Amino acid sequence: MWKLFHQFGSPPHFYRLAGYLIPWFGAAALILILIATYGGLVLAPADYLQGDGFRIIYVHVPSASMSLFAYTLMATAAGIGLIWRIKLAHAVAAAVAPIGASFTFLALATGSIWGKPMWGTWWAWDARLTSELILLFLFLGYMSLRAANDDVGKADRASGLLAVVGVVNVPIIHYSVEWWNSLHQGATIIKLGKPAITGDMLWPLLMMLAGFGFYFATVMMIRTRSQVLQRERKSQWLKSL
Amino acid sequence: MQAEGLELWRGDRCLFRDLSFELPEEKALHVSGPNGCGKTSLLRVLCGLSEPEEGAVRWRGKSIRRDREDYHQAFAWLGHLNGFKAELSARENLAFSVSLRRKTDDEVRNNTLDQVGLTAAADLPCRVLSAGQKRRLSLATIMLSAARLWILDEPFTNLDSKGREMISELLNSHCASGGAAIVAAHQELGVEQPYLQHLKMEDAV
Amino acid sequence: MSGPMSGFGTVLARDLRLAFRRPGEMANPLLFFVLITAIFPLGLSPEPELLRTVAPGILWGAALLSSLLALDLLFKNDYEDGSLEQLVLSGHSLPVLVLAKTLAHWVVSGLPLVLAAPLLASALYLPAHAWDTLMLGLLIGTPTLSLLGAVGAALTTGLGTGSALLSLLVLPLATPILIFGARGVDLAVQGLDPVGPMYLLGAILFLAVSLLPLAIATAVRISLD
Repeated sequence: MWKLFHQFGSPPHFYRLAGYLIPWFGAAALILILIATYGGLVLAPADYLQGDGFRIIYVHVPSASMSLFAYTLMATAAGIGLIWRIKLAHAVAAAVAPIGASFTFLALATGSIWGKPMWGTWWAWDARLTSELILLFLFLGYMSLRAANDDVGKADRASGLLAVVGVVNVPIIHYSVEWWNSLHQGATIIKLGKPAITGDMLWPLLMMLAGFGFYFATVMMIRTRSQVLQRERKSQWLKSL
Repeated sequence: MQAEGLELWRGDRCLFRDLSFELPEEKALHVSGPNGCGKTSLLRVLCGLSEPEEGAVRWRGKSIRRDREDYHQAFAWLGHLNGFKAELSARENLAFSVSLRRKTDDEVRNNTLDQVGLTAAADLPCRVLSAGQKRRLSLATIMLSAARLWILDEPFTNLDSKGREMISELLNSHCASGGAAIVAAHQELGVEQPYLQHLKMEDAV
Repeated sequence: MSGPMSGFGTVLARDLRLAFRRPGEMANPLLFFVLITAIFPLGLSPEPELLRTVAPGILWGAALLSSLLALDLLFKNDYEDGSLEQLVLSGHSLPVLVLAKTLAHWVVSGLPLVLAAPLLASALYLPAHAWDTLMLGLLIGTPTLSLLGAVGAALTTGLGTGSALLSLLVLPLATPILIFGARGVDLAVQGLDPVGPMYLLGAILFLAVSLLPLAIATAVRISLD
């Protein structure tokens, strides 16, 4: 078990494995997203209440779930790096942060575009949008702290600790924002999501989710590989590549 | 105390690699080498303040990362900074530093202040003490710490010739009573031959 | 050394004594609290009806910002004069020592806010029957703010980035405290039972006291490396 753990954590091993997987994952992401786009924009019927406007969920919902997934993954990787001192885990955390921040931003942007026809304003203090906004700040804080440390090892550990503290806090933040929002029901006119979803609306969404997942994995591996190159520039195995 | 295969990088510079030594009791290790060769970094690794890239430091056969608090109790550290509060008097600073380690009464502390020649300045806030006086106060802390191992980084800086002699005497009596010391310094320690051990460091690559 | 809490009292006493030798620095968070609270009526309007509605948010927001203000220095002074590394190497459990430091900091910067809160609340026309909720909320909420802030302070000590980064790190994490604290006062103003959010604040404090000292200690070790 331990041996497996360390073997997978070894940078050369990861570098080769990721290099092999990237094209496959990338192709899967492309195919899934293309089919889901066609299914979502053409095949799925318009929503009886929201018309064609609802179709933005095919971007909004997957990016929102990816953003949360990215934060959890980043914190888990950082925690593993802190406890077992596995450098590759830190490299993964460092690689994931900007991707997660981008997905969070995308979720906020699409949510706000969706909000315009739904609520008549670009921004409403909806519980989920507010949580996403705080999540964006958590990502930005992580990245700023990493950038403020000159030494890679120190940056890894400092920002990793922040991610771990943050991930414990995320459910509390989420719950408090939900609670805060429920006290002011008047402010939200319609809650995001929760339209009566039919089967032919649902399958493109699930497919899009899977596509986003593969896309996320592809970008993560590319970014982690470049992190590994940067961090291991003085090591022997890289020179023999 | 043992160090095994220590390796430390700062940015793209390798400060040392595969550095090993063993320090038995009743020995003072004199760490010397040109500026910027990593003496302070090595001492910080030995204290457990920094993590080496490779290798391990052992104290009584146990890795210092295992039993951190136990190890910390066994040694006293004197770094570039003295660790005194500018607002507190010399006496208060000494009392605080020592009380973190063990109980002492006023008399013992006053005697030590006298020994390092700070009786007259004892009630002045540290802000107005000279660099040499602060260094002497640090020595008083080390003397009262009852630690078996002293790790001293450039203890001679800012001291007059009397102060430097005092350090040599202290090191001799510390070793004679079974203690050990690791001292980074550019000058000779003035420690008697049987106690002395050398570690010469080279320029970083 | 004896007992798991050894060193706690020593560090607490030293930090309190230090704080009283620097009375100016000690008064800063309180002044800041008063100032922020005073700025809002100037920016909004002096109308009692409006101020009463926004008072809980203003008071809690001001408390949050002013307890962050002083946190910048929590470890910085000790880092610069070398006493932080002496604390780390003192042979005591570091989480206990940093808890003592944070408590000392809270006594000096958080407790005065709790005591001054009714005065400012009355200036914002907050009804008197909500004052006890405000004070209780601040009493159990500000220690959590200090602990969270201490994590950020320890992570940014020695970076020379100033307090903007500290706020970016800590403010998002502190939102639940703000929400529960301010809404609790809101409920009390409306004559409803504020006990729910108070319990939640208490639960968060409990969680913070048991977990965050470990995080602060780890952060201190990282920043000394």
